[in-house]
Amino acid sequence: MQISFTLNGRPTTVEVEPATLVAELLREQLNLTGTHIGCDTSQCGACVVHLNGLPVKSCTLLAPALDGATLLTIEGLQGAPGSNRLHPMQEAFRENHGLQCGFCTPGMVMTAVALAKDKPSLTEAEVRHGLEGNICRCTGYQNIVLSVISGAAAMHAAAKGE
Amino acid sequence: MKPFAYHQPDQIPDAAKLLTSIEDSKLVAGGMTLIPTLKQRLANPAALIDLSKLPGLKGISDGAAITIGAMTPHAEVAASKLVQAKIPALAALASMIGDPAVRSRGTIGGSVANNDPAADYPAGVLGLGATIVTSAREILADKFFLGLFETALQSGEIITAIRFPLPLKAGYAKFKAPASRYALVGVFVAKFADGVRVAVTGAGPGVFRVPPMEQALSQNFDPSAIAAIKIDTDGLTSDIHAEADYRAHLVTVMAKRAVDAALG
Repeated sequence: MQISFTLNGRPTTVEVEPATLVAELLREQLNLTGTHIGCDTSQCGACVVHLNGLPVKSCTLLAPALDGATLLTIEGLQGAPGSNRLHPMQEAFRENHGLQCGFCTPGMVMTAVALAKDKPSLTEAEVRHGLEGNICRCTGYQNIVLSVISGAAAMHAAAKGE
Repeated sequence: MKPFAYHQPDQIPDAAKLLTSIEDSKLVAGGMTLIPTLKQRLANPAALIDLSKLPGLKGISDGAAITIGAMTPHAEVAASKLVQAKIPALAALASMIGDPAVRSRGTIGGSVANNDPAADYPAGVLGLGATIVTSAREILADKFFLGLFETALQSGEIITAIRFPLPLKAGYAKFKAPASRYALVGVFVAKFADGVRVAVTGAGPGVFRVPPMEQALSQNFDPSAIAAIKIDTDGLTSDIHAEADYRAHLVTVMAKRAVDAALG
């Protein structure tokens, strides 16, 4: 079947089998390998993308669900020109050492961006509840939580032009 | 996953017709249970019938009861000002399901139709004495949940909404299985003018009520009223996560916490 959607701001049309998972479509057909497949059982969250602005696990999403939708992947995040174009949340992960091996990071960042969308000031408890569906086997989460709190503040400061 | 045909009907009668006419077809709502099931090849349907294009199945409406469309995702129920004001325990229950990504996609209709023995919504639906509205009729919660993944739904019948009466007070408490975040045991308690309802998920092969706790709480709506009530371990689940006697113990503990939550 043919599906059309907006992928990171660009109109995209692809031919897919209905049994295609969005994570597979992104990585194997569209060459967007920033979305990772960790557990492939919707537990680990390495594959989180935004479907119509909401965080979803792309390993547990059938490609037909994209038809007519807007999809944002880690490749579609970007910051202001001149800052290496890192998104404020990506910058916060870098500043706070919020990653070690980096495998879970794309999913962490996408979940964090969704969590911070309406909340400039997140508490540690809110961040930990918000990251329940994202598993990291390296960091022990401390620096990830710090990254998300500071990234949320930075996102809203950037939005206000500070 | 094995290949399947994919249908996206835009009218409920068309969806019902596809479901009865295509042998081995399945409905898909949010897919949070079905897609993992397909990936593990525990199910290999010939066709999926996607409910997302059907009109009128999404949203929450006010009235003498709160009606939630079957395709309403958990995140929307959790964030709903209306649900938070009228049945805060139901909004809290929705906010505890899975994780944010699961709550973006998973739907109340899907959860109730699937009737997973450890799902959260069946406890809220039975605990509140809700009504399941389908394409064919209305079914009381007490007549709907029939056991392990089994419901009163007939072939070709599609849930369109769940209607919740408004309790005086209600609370939900759950002991999460740490990896899956399903309920090892979850208890929903609701107080109405004519009595109290207590519904338990996770402990057995399906959601069930606890009449001795309901009677005790109807007399005295306080955690102390049920502290001494023990659940029989007969028929409770024993598995890698917990033995039946531990689950029985958790029922009393979670019921007390649910009453505490209801008392705010």
